[in-house]
Amino acid sequence: MWNNFLISLEIMGKGMAGIFVVVLIITAVVMLLGKLK
Amino acid sequence: MDFLLEGILAITPQQLVMYAVGAVLIWLAVKKEYEPALLLPMGFGAILVNLPLSGVIDQMMAGIGETHGIIQWLFETTIEASEALPILLFIGIGAMIDFGPLLSQPIMFLFGAAAQFGIFFAICVATLMGYDLKDAASIGIIGAADGPTSILVSQIMHSNYVGAIAVAAYSYMALVPIIQPFAIKLVTTKKERRIHMTYSPKAVSKTTKIAFPIIVTIIVGLISPASVALVGFLMFGNLIRECGVLQSLSNTAQNELANLITLLLGITISFSMRADAFVRMDTLIIMGIGLIAFIFDSIGGVLFAKFMNLFLKEKINPMIGAAGISAFPMSSRVVQKLASEEEKGNIILMHAVGANVSGQIASVIAGGLVIKLVSQYL
Repeated sequence: MWNNFLISLEIMGKGMAGIFVVVLIITAVVMLLGKLK
Repeated sequence: MDFLLEGILAITPQQLVMYAVGAVLIWLAVKKEYEPALLLPMGFGAILVNLPLSGVIDQMMAGIGETHGIIQWLFETTIEASEALPILLFIGIGAMIDFGPLLSQPIMFLFGAAAQFGIFFAICVATLMGYDLKDAASIGIIGAADGPTSILVSQIMHSNYVGAIAVAAYSYMALVPIIQPFAIKLVTTKKERRIHMTYSPKAVSKTTKIAFPIIVTIIVGLISPASVALVGFLMFGNLIRECGVLQSLSNTAQNELANLITLLLGITISFSMRADAFVRMDTLIIMGIGLIAFIFDSIGGVLFAKFMNLFLKEKINPMIGAAGISAFPMSSRVVQKLASEEEKGNIILMHAVGANVSGQIASVIAGGLVIKLVSQYL
């Protein structure tokens, strides 16, 4: 159980970081698209 | 005449519980209008699959052998074997969404990301409760506040609790107007809830609206390939809507396709609500963890907004963060209602809508990431 909990904490860290990275890239591209216009 | 009593005598106490569960779901759908399109078919289906020797699921009949049932076939074909129903529903959802409010204020994307916190928090809680990783991930994904994503992830993970997860996901989505105000008030002050925000959106060109679904699919696909089925079909639906030359297909996706799939999805998922699989303590625990996921989604979004306020000159109303969940448009309406209650004339609806549609993208990204990350440890 503790091992799974530690893994889930790792998944939380990687998961939230992953979502923010994807979203930040999308945000940057959308801003760029707005500027290109 | 014993054969006439065969069915009645075969009813188990667990099946009686499921009739009550079915009745409650139908009551919530009809009387309270909580997600009626899903809860009503699920409620009726719960009764249907729990009739003794029900003909809608496979049975072994003396002298005949195995007979096939329609609901079991639908489940095995369209959910278990292919996940087709939840994925196809995303075309309709994508066609319904106007990403304009988000594209005009791209900063709102961040709240969609922050409000997925509840998923991961719930996964941690579930592992602490003793669930293995695949079940914990399936339970945690209830926090995506997105029924099809919850069904899809739990199915891909081969979770034993698909029925309970689907019921929790759709029930809590319907209960957003009750859950979110409680969670928001827990972590905000009256003063924070009264913050005004000026709405000055940038114009969004048609090219941007068309390029957006394509770009999102490519970016998400490259970083989180497991999300492609979800994001790809969501964005495909949106591309049909925004391209401007497929109005008829867009209308079909938004109406006929979405309605048809919704109609089948509810009754099909009821296969996983058979008494032997549903009436157990785990179901109550899953409902509890699902509630925690929803609460911590809202809290995660609000706290992120408060964190951003530390660096911003023009403060954000932190309630916007809570609108970053996928339950659209309910969450943005709830946030606006709370803002109006705190101070009449405080309009933050368009900001909330931006965060809310961002949540729809972020929730499917989260679903893909959960599949990818968890599968690495299995």
